[in-house]
Amino acid sequence: MTANAFLSLLQGAGVTLIISLSGIAIGVPLGLVLALVRWRRIPGLSQVAAVYVSLLRSTPAVTLCLLIFFAVPTLGIEIGAWSAGIMTLAFVTAAFNCEVWRAGLLNFPHEQVEAARAFGMTPLLRLRRIIFPQLWRAALPGLVNEATLLIKASPAIAVIGVAEITRAATRIGAQTYEPLPPMLTATGIYVAIILVFVGLQRLTERRYGRGAGA
Amino acid sequence: MMHGFDVVWEHSDRLLWGVLNTIALSIVGAVLAVVFGALVAILLMSPNRLLRLSVQGLVDLMRCVPFLMLVYLVYYGLPHLGIDFDNWTAGLAALALYNTAYMAEILRGIWSGLPRETFEAATAFGYHGPRLYTRIVFPQVFLAAGPMLGNQLIQIIKDTAFLTIIAVPELTQAASGIQAQYFVPFAAFIAAILIYWALCAIVEGGVALIEKVAEARR
Repeated sequence: MTANAFLSLLQGAGVTLIISLSGIAIGVPLGLVLALVRWRRIPGLSQVAAVYVSLLRSTPAVTLCLLIFFAVPTLGIEIGAWSAGIMTLAFVTAAFNCEVWRAGLLNFPHEQVEAARAFGMTPLLRLRRIIFPQLWRAALPGLVNEATLLIKASPAIAVIGVAEITRAATRIGAQTYEPLPPMLTATGIYVAIILVFVGLQRLTERRYGRGAGA
Repeated sequence: MMHGFDVVWEHSDRLLWGVLNTIALSIVGAVLAVVFGALVAILLMSPNRLLRLSVQGLVDLMRCVPFLMLVYLVYYGLPHLGIDFDNWTAGLAALALYNTAYMAEILRGIWSGLPRETFEAATAFGYHGPRLYTRIVFPQVFLAAGPMLGNQLIQIIKDTAFLTIIAVPELTQAASGIQAQYFVPFAAFIAAILIYWALCAIVEGGVALIEKVAEARR
């Protein structure tokens, strides 16, 4: 394997990180919204959120990625491979993040919510001032765990041609007729990235305690 | 869009064939992973420190690798070693190998959480070797492992979708084939996703049922 090939693997690693982090940046708040909708039992929406979570948790990322990439253009919306990849990862991780946030909400001490209500705080103010500052600490280890799983699922988007690590490795393998060296190198890069996330998880667990439901 | 579902319905035999392959891969892969996982769990609980730590290292390493990378490594690597597989067998081998690490970790976790008295009593009664494991240890481990094994089985079902990339004829591959031929992406992949949902719901229902039986035996 040449130095050039190694560089394009590193470039692929950059793409994997950018797309995964974008997926996380969309999926984590989306998961919180879903969890709040279910927690507040908003009629109609709560059931939709429950079905969404159940459906997306049993959907393979590869299948969802193919659906988004091929079906969204038939609705008259143009979509590139990158956007389809980010949407796939965001939608999948949002379902899992919803469960982490919801576990945190269900474990949240009810007295505090009642006390805040007695002080006349509006629901939004209660969320912002009372619930969220404690909730994110409880949810963080679980969210980092989901982020690790997201990175492990991210090769799914290679199927629509996003030039991330896996795609770069198969391309180099096809060019050189030596698929094993780029594959092993790519695996090494993934292991390094995932070990960083596992380390982050240990750190957050030590710092904020083992998250509810994590 | 409804026309798309008509097309998919006309070719439901292809989807059915895909589902049957997905189910076969998941079940055979899961059974192999549980059997090998149990053997690895024995090594993970070994009193020999060096053996235990090196096996634990391998298990942890495997759990850091994305499944698709392992599929590629098996698919390209085994022919290198002179073992020739068709795609289906290569996919199954990757599935079993990958999940062996997860199963071993699940079983080890439950095993180390069980009270030691029964094991000590069994040893005192002269149980040792394979009989200690098959009669005393694993019945208790598996009785407690139901929900976690169920979760892992769902993960295995979802992992089989990756095998479409090495052209294993499973459910996602079948949906892709129909969509490529008739250009009905929405209907084909929605149908596949709903089938995955049903499969996972069946596993969850099965686990709940087994839990009831396990509860009665405890």
